[in-house]
Amino acid sequence: MSESRTVASLLLAAVAGLALFPFASDEFYLELFTHFMVLGIFAMSLDLLIGYTGLVSFGHAAFFGLAGYLLAIITPESEAMSLWVSLPVCLAGVALAALVIGWFSVRTSGIYFIMITLAFAQMTFYYFNENVALGGSDGMFIFTKPTVGIGGFEIIDLGDPTTVYYAVLASLVACYLLLSMVLRAPFGRVIKAIRVNEHRTRALGYDTRRYKLAAFVIAGTMAGFAGYLEAVSTGIVSPGHLSWHQSGLVLILVILGGMGTLYGPVLGAFALGLLHDQVQDVTVHWQLVQGIFVILVVLFLPHGIAGLVARLARRGAALAERAREPES
Amino acid sequence: MTEAILSTRNLSKLFGALVAVDGVTIDFAPGKIHAIIGPNGAGKTTLINLLCGDLSPSQGTIAFKDRDITKLTPFQTSRAGIGRSYQKSNIFPEFSCLENCWLGAQSRLPTSMKFFRPAEGYGEVRARAERALDLCGLGRRMNVRAAQISHGEQRQLEIAMMLATEPELLLLDEPLAGMGTEEAAAILELLKELARDHTLVLIEHDMDAVFSIAEVLTVMDNGRVLVTGAPEEVRRNRAVQEAYLGMGDEGA
Repeated sequence: MSESRTVASLLLAAVAGLALFPFASDEFYLELFTHFMVLGIFAMSLDLLIGYTGLVSFGHAAFFGLAGYLLAIITPESEAMSLWVSLPVCLAGVALAALVIGWFSVRTSGIYFIMITLAFAQMTFYYFNENVALGGSDGMFIFTKPTVGIGGFEIIDLGDPTTVYYAVLASLVACYLLLSMVLRAPFGRVIKAIRVNEHRTRALGYDTRRYKLAAFVIAGTMAGFAGYLEAVSTGIVSPGHLSWHQSGLVLILVILGGMGTLYGPVLGAFALGLLHDQVQDVTVHWQLVQGIFVILVVLFLPHGIAGLVARLARRGAALAERAREPES
Repeated sequence: MTEAILSTRNLSKLFGALVAVDGVTIDFAPGKIHAIIGPNGAGKTTLINLLCGDLSPSQGTIAFKDRDITKLTPFQTSRAGIGRSYQKSNIFPEFSCLENCWLGAQSRLPTSMKFFRPAEGYGEVRARAERALDLCGLGRRMNVRAAQISHGEQRQLEIAMMLATEPELLLLDEPLAGMGTEEAAAILELLKELARDHTLVLIEHDMDAVFSIAEVLTVMDNGRVLVTGAPEEVRRNRAVQEAYLGMGDEGA
């Protein structure tokens, strides 16, 4: 069994484990894991930019938070709204924002790209933070969950934590498959080339800005999807969702988990989240522990947690190979 | 004289006070091997960079097949049919040789904004990429990472990537730089082969190589064109002998 197939089986096992988790878990951990998976989608979308296109965005939270705010704004206080309406509206709004922010941002590169994406995200943050009509620094409640019906029948009840858990798990898998497909397609070849050598990619006949912009819009929209799920599952959205802390957190998840792997950032979300959960009972100095953990991973696992998984998979594949060979 | 496929009129490039290319007017005839020679700092690479759009001219115009391409960017000149290879290997080291050429070949699709079907499914792209690799003698190295092949092979890959874009006119910046004798001979053969249905513009320092394949020569010095003509004509030119071939006794 090759390394990539070993990793694939491990991922399948992990998904199966997540599918069985609600049978063994209390509501607290169910909601915690839902949150981890949402962060996983969020981080995976950023990996498309950082790990594949080579664009280090420091303002990715803008799209995450914006989707939540859009949902809060369009959802009536007393009457539930259909997901078939609210989801497309929120995603379209976020895609438009990503198009505008991206249009300016992809004209820069390196440190300037980091700065311009941060600046746009901060503008979004202050807009919502100062806007009293939108709850100011307190944020907004989403009073009613979106309804999911087909032909007048309610098929999914998003008021039930277990249902939300499975909906988010399905979304996580779907997002992974979607990005994998895009990366295997001709478009994926171009953005991977841009990360390695943008100048030569342009010389070979590609308008690299357009491809970077398309990647930016795809990633932004998927971050918006994560933000939508977060808002639906928690019922609140606050300026914190689009602050630079949030952009920094998701950046850490990508680096910690392993750039350019898609599944790595999801592992990062679970690792950091579980660590936080364990440590907060012991000490209040969570930031210190988090800092040490990140430093250790960056120093000793240069390809993140995913790099460690791949290395173990390689070793496992080699062992299996040896076991299959007849004794001499 | 036949109509030029590529021509520059009074082309100049200034870097601050430095005039790198100074009022250059050249006609490149279709189907010819046209070499540009001159001492270091003569402005040869700057000229190539202007022709492919890597740099934009301070003055003057460039026309390709009767179309003004003065303001085109590199991806536009590439799509117009001008291929460019670089003096220092400018490849994707972590991709396989096939993947390197694949990018060139794929850029001839109307668009690569294709998100669904796997790239491997595009048979015509694979065929173009493999043909370019075979032409450059890299067929056996197809699945090897570009970082792992020899320096000479990387130079071959550099040319193969350009060929995969199926250009009509090739701009070659020192294609023989850093190659062994045998590899260089193979590349020269390839260039002669390509000259049958392509126009070649090349910069080269190896004078034996230049005189063995060039049909037209342009000598540059200090950003200016000293002379353009057939190799023998150029060899006999007194100004050239003084400025570049030097020593006066070279032309004998």
